[in-house]
Amino acid sequence: MLLSQFLIVSSALFSIGVYGLLVRRNIVLILLSVELMLNAVNINLIAFESVIRSADATGQVFAIFIIAVAAAEVGIGLAIVLMIFRNRRSANVDELNLMRW
Amino acid sequence: MLAAEEGHSITAGDGGWCADTAGIMLVLPFVAFLLILFFGKKLKYQGGEFAVGALAIGLVWATVLFVMNMTGGVLDQTTFEVARIGSGITFELGWMVDGLSIMMYFLVNFVGLVVFIYALGYMEGDIRVNSFFASFSIFAGAMLVLVGAPNLIQMIIGWEGVGLASYLLIGHYWEDLDNVEAGNKAFMTNKVADVGLILGAILVGVAIGNFDFAALSEASVSQNAELGAVAFVGGLLLFFGAMGKSAQFPLHIWLPDAMAGPTPVSALMHAATMVTAGIYLMARMFPLFENLAQDARVYMVAIGTITLFAIGLLALVADDIKKVLAYSTVSQLGYMMTAVAAGGYTAGLFHLFTHAFFKALLFLGAGSVIHAVHSNNMSDMGGLRKYMPTTYWTFVAGSLALAGIFPLAGFWSKDEILATLGYEGYIAVMWIAIAGAFVTAFYMTRAVALTFFGEYKGHGEPHESPKIMTRPLIALAIPAIFVGLVNIPGVSIPGIGNFTEWLAVRVVEMGDHHAEAIDFGIAAAGLGAALLGFALGWMIWGEDKKTQKERDTFEIPVLYPLLRRKYYLDDAALGIVGATTGPLARSVDWINTYVIDGIVNAAAALTRGLGGFVYGILDQKGLEGFFSGLSVVVDGAGAGLRKLQTGRVQQYAAYFVVGAIGLAVVFVILI
Amino acid sequence: MEWFDSWGLTLIVFLPLAGALLLGLVPRDREDILKRGALLATLAAFGLSLVLIGLFEYSGATYNTYQFEVNESWIGAINANYHLGVDGISLPLLVLSTFVMVLAVIYSWNHWEEPYNPKAFLILMLILATGMNGTFVALDLVLFFVFFEIVLLPMYFLIGVWGDRTPRKIPGFAKVIETRLYASIKFFLFTLFGSAFMLLGFLALYYRSGDFGERTFDIVRLTELGAMGSFTGTFAFLVFGAMFLGFAVKVPMWPLHTWLPDAHTAAPTVGSVLLAAILLKLGSYAFIRISIPILPEEAANWAPAIAVLAVIGIIYGSLACLAQTDMKRLIAFSSVGHMGFVMLGIATMTDVGINAAIIGMVAHGLITGLLFFLAGSMSHRYHTREMDRLGGNMKLMPVMGGIFAFTAMASLGLPGLAGFWGEFMALVGSYNPLDGLPLGLFRSSMVLGAIGTVLTAGYMLYMLQKVNLGEPKAEWDGHEFHDADRWEMTAWVPMIILIVVIGVYPNLIFDSTTDTVVSLIDTVFGSDAIASISSGG
Repeated sequence: MLLSQFLIVSSALFSIGVYGLLVRRNIVLILLSVELMLNAVNINLIAFESVIRSADATGQVFAIFIIAVAAAEVGIGLAIVLMIFRNRRSANVDELNLMRW
Repeated sequence: MLAAEEGHSITAGDGGWCADTAGIMLVLPFVAFLLILFFGKKLKYQGGEFAVGALAIGLVWATVLFVMNMTGGVLDQTTFEVARIGSGITFELGWMVDGLSIMMYFLVNFVGLVVFIYALGYMEGDIRVNSFFASFSIFAGAMLVLVGAPNLIQMIIGWEGVGLASYLLIGHYWEDLDNVEAGNKAFMTNKVADVGLILGAILVGVAIGNFDFAALSEASVSQNAELGAVAFVGGLLLFFGAMGKSAQFPLHIWLPDAMAGPTPVSALMHAATMVTAGIYLMARMFPLFENLAQDARVYMVAIGTITLFAIGLLALVADDIKKVLAYSTVSQLGYMMTAVAAGGYTAGLFHLFTHAFFKALLFLGAGSVIHAVHSNNMSDMGGLRKYMPTTYWTFVAGSLALAGIFPLAGFWSKDEILATLGYEGYIAVMWIAIAGAFVTAFYMTRAVALTFFGEYKGHGEPHESPKIMTRPLIALAIPAIFVGLVNIPGVSIPGIGNFTEWLAVRVVEMGDHHAEAIDFGIAAAGLGAALLGFALGWMIWGEDKKTQKERDTFEIPVLYPLLRRKYYLDDAALGIVGATTGPLARSVDWINTYVIDGIVNAAAALTRGLGGFVYGILDQKGLEGFFSGLSVVVDGAGAGLRKLQTGRVQQYAAYFVVGAIGLAVVFVILI
Repeated sequence: MEWFDSWGLTLIVFLPLAGALLLGLVPRDREDILKRGALLATLAAFGLSLVLIGLFEYSGATYNTYQFEVNESWIGAINANYHLGVDGISLPLLVLSTFVMVLAVIYSWNHWEEPYNPKAFLILMLILATGMNGTFVALDLVLFFVFFEIVLLPMYFLIGVWGDRTPRKIPGFAKVIETRLYASIKFFLFTLFGSAFMLLGFLALYYRSGDFGERTFDIVRLTELGAMGSFTGTFAFLVFGAMFLGFAVKVPMWPLHTWLPDAHTAAPTVGSVLLAAILLKLGSYAFIRISIPILPEEAANWAPAIAVLAVIGIIYGSLACLAQTDMKRLIAFSSVGHMGFVMLGIATMTDVGINAAIIGMVAHGLITGLLFFLAGSMSHRYHTREMDRLGGNMKLMPVMGGIFAFTAMASLGLPGLAGFWGEFMALVGSYNPLDGLPLGLFRSSMVLGAIGTVLTAGYMLYMLQKVNLGEPKAEWDGHEFHDADRWEMTAWVPMIILIVVIGVYPNLIFDSTTDTVVSLIDTVFGSDAIASISSGG
């Protein structure tokens, strides 16, 4: 099997996601980066599942869970972003420091 | 459980209905207190009526019991359990009826009633008659609770109750903080002594598992080993308690200051009854000292002896007539304590009995004088015998009785004490006591002379007091003169016996010595000392010097040098007495004021300072600082840590990633 | 009255809370309804506790059997039950709690501190009542803990909101802070600090109480285990220590007392009263209910330490009183001394000592509660608590001055009034402590305690002199002072009567406690412990 290839792709995808999460200033892009990371995890899960082939397909079940959760997360996340943008005319995270001490 | 004293065979009844209801005496004054508080202000004497009424009813019981005890003996005890606290200990309240308590019931009710009636007149127009009689009723009730106590617990209740009343009445004029401080001093001195009383009660009570006097007496007589083990310490502790209430050296310091209260208070509480509570306690615990704690006696006798002589001297230098009487009271309490401590149960109590009458009489007389001249100082008096004849004659009767002149009351009781001291082997003490008799006569002469003889030196026109005040004087003068006749050694009046036999009605036999016949040698010595005191006193203070000189010019010339020489002898006597007793008395006074009072004040200041130190340094700076410091540290840590909370999501994410990488590295290395 | 057997205690505990919920529905400006409602709720609880007194079976009580017991499963997962019950030890304290609560509501009728708001105040008081009543009847450690902590919150708000607003410089802090804020936070943190350890102790007991599935928080069961000697060694030592911290803060024992003067001084009058009358008893009650029966061996090991701390508290508290200029602070420090006597009684581990502790608690609740009422009423009129500015109160307000003098006398332990028995019997107890305890140490404690009574008398007389006696200061010339009004008298007279009645007839308390306490000592320390005093003649 080409497990190592899948893992390389997924780690690349994850690293891109982490990079985007840390350096992007636009919230929308940060959210997209999070999506990248989640999908990197999905790839991992599917890849391992295809190798191990457990009886109740745990890897695939978790992948579907993650897709569902990611959809919900993006839904709420984008709603929050929209509200922030409406209120502050900006989607720059540097300007969002309300939650500090 | 009756006792047959040697020489007397006493059969006592249980007193029947009268003894069963004797508790009414203990309760009535408290009822009167409530009535005075709630209804008193509307009445003529502002509630004094209730107080008088309560004691009058009580006196009926006391008299009936007294007579019953004379004729047949009454021995009974009624108690109610008020507390059952485990370990088999119960506390009971109730009343005891035996020779000793009946004597005290009678004394408190009789003298109390007389003084209360006197106070109706004396206090008229005072700023707060109402609260005066309320407090006075508390006193009467608490005193009866004390003397009726069948056990140490009730005695402690009454003991502190009279202390409270004393505090309230000394501070009767509380607008003046000096009076308040006198009250505080009395309360605090007594409270210090009460530590002894309470600890002593615990020691002897726990030893036999019972606080009952009857049980304690029986355990003492039967030489109970557990009681014996604590008897010496317990006895001394109880004695320490008695020293406070009965003003024994060096705890007597509160009593002269206590004269700040109205004079009826001084008469009843600080002379006749309350201060004798310590003697009463010693008498109640007599079997303990007789059988188990004999070693403690010598200390008690020593204290009593110092009190009776050294404090009596102080009366010589006082100008305030009430202080003269107060020092005299302390001195007489010393006699009683010495007697009881030496083993003279009857002697001490007989002196207590007679002393109550004549000392109350003297105080009431002094009150009458003060009422007339509006001053306590003898330097503002003089020549009053012309203006106040009743007061004068009764005061003189009281003075003679106090000084122990035959055949007045004080002679018999003091003689009994001297005889007991001699019999018990305290010969030196006996001679000091005889010297004390001399001093007593000496200062009483001075008081009488300065008050009633010579020229009037005060302001205004003195006048005899109203009848409501003079009749009580007469009522007290009669027993002060005659009451000594009830205990002439060896004389038992047919049908009623004598004081010794009345007192012998008690639960256990005590082995008390009492004189079977008059010892004429000792009696003569005592009487001689008193007469000498009178004579010397009269020489010094008897006549105004000016009139004396005028009279001298009319003397027959031949006798003149003789008289002159005699006069010089008087001067010499004055010089000697002045050069010795004066400084002696003053130095005792100085020690009293600067050393003993000084220690008390220093102790108070030290305690206050210590309080300041504990609070200011230890508490506010130490503990408080520690806990405040703790909160400062927590506060600082919080201030530092919260800086991490920047609110920047990406920064958190960065920490997160770094952490994850760190963990990954750790795992890789470890696995 | 069968319903009462199973519902009585629940009603006593939760009626005030129900009252609080109902008051929540009443509009803020309907003060009359609010007050009457609160009075009704507390009166109902008090009335039911009187029924409890009537129905209680006094004779032949043995320890660890409770009456009016309720035992329902509450949190099955950890085997915590809703277990209530009352015995001779808790009965007087429960009645005291409901009784003082009624008086506190009556007193509140026309005494409101800034910022007013009777609704919130009364609701908090009622919640407080539920916590206090519950603590005295809880027989499950979790339930006990919950009630113990419920008490904390209302008191925190009572002090923090209605407290003294004088600014105060706190050493170590740069800023000046209002007294009420400082005091309420201090009170809360101190108690919470202790409670944390206490909870730890409870959990430790739970895990040692049996194998999985048999573990229990039930006090009755734990007591049985304790009597069988299940908890010993270092474990028991640490558990006792942890619980000791929790209870000792509440009592408060020296040196954990420093929250108390601040809290008392800053609290509104009713807050001080409840704090002194009931809250302090929660700690000492817990010693008798939990520490001693469950860990008897450790209790005996810790007893000398407790006695030493208690005696230090007595002397120290009294000395600190002598240095006070603030009337309320003086009374607060006097609590340290009085609770020292209570703890000295407990430390003796004898029936006499524990009886002394219980009557001492009741007496202190009544007397110091009344003192705080009086101090509150006076500072309400004078607008100051500084004793240097007071004086001649007897002249300005004779009735209140008279009651003040009476209460001060009761507080200094005058025989014949309630305060005497606790002090005296604690001394009796410490003369003959439990066999095996160091006799010399306890007898020294007895002597020092007795000296403490002298100091107590000293500061009480000092306070009376400063406040009550002498001429009024010039600054009060022309002021009109109202003597005690009828609400105040209604609240105070029952306390005065009880102080006298208990003083003259202490069996009022002992009838309930003695059998239970004797049985307690008998059970946990063996019957030799009982016979030790009455062995003689």
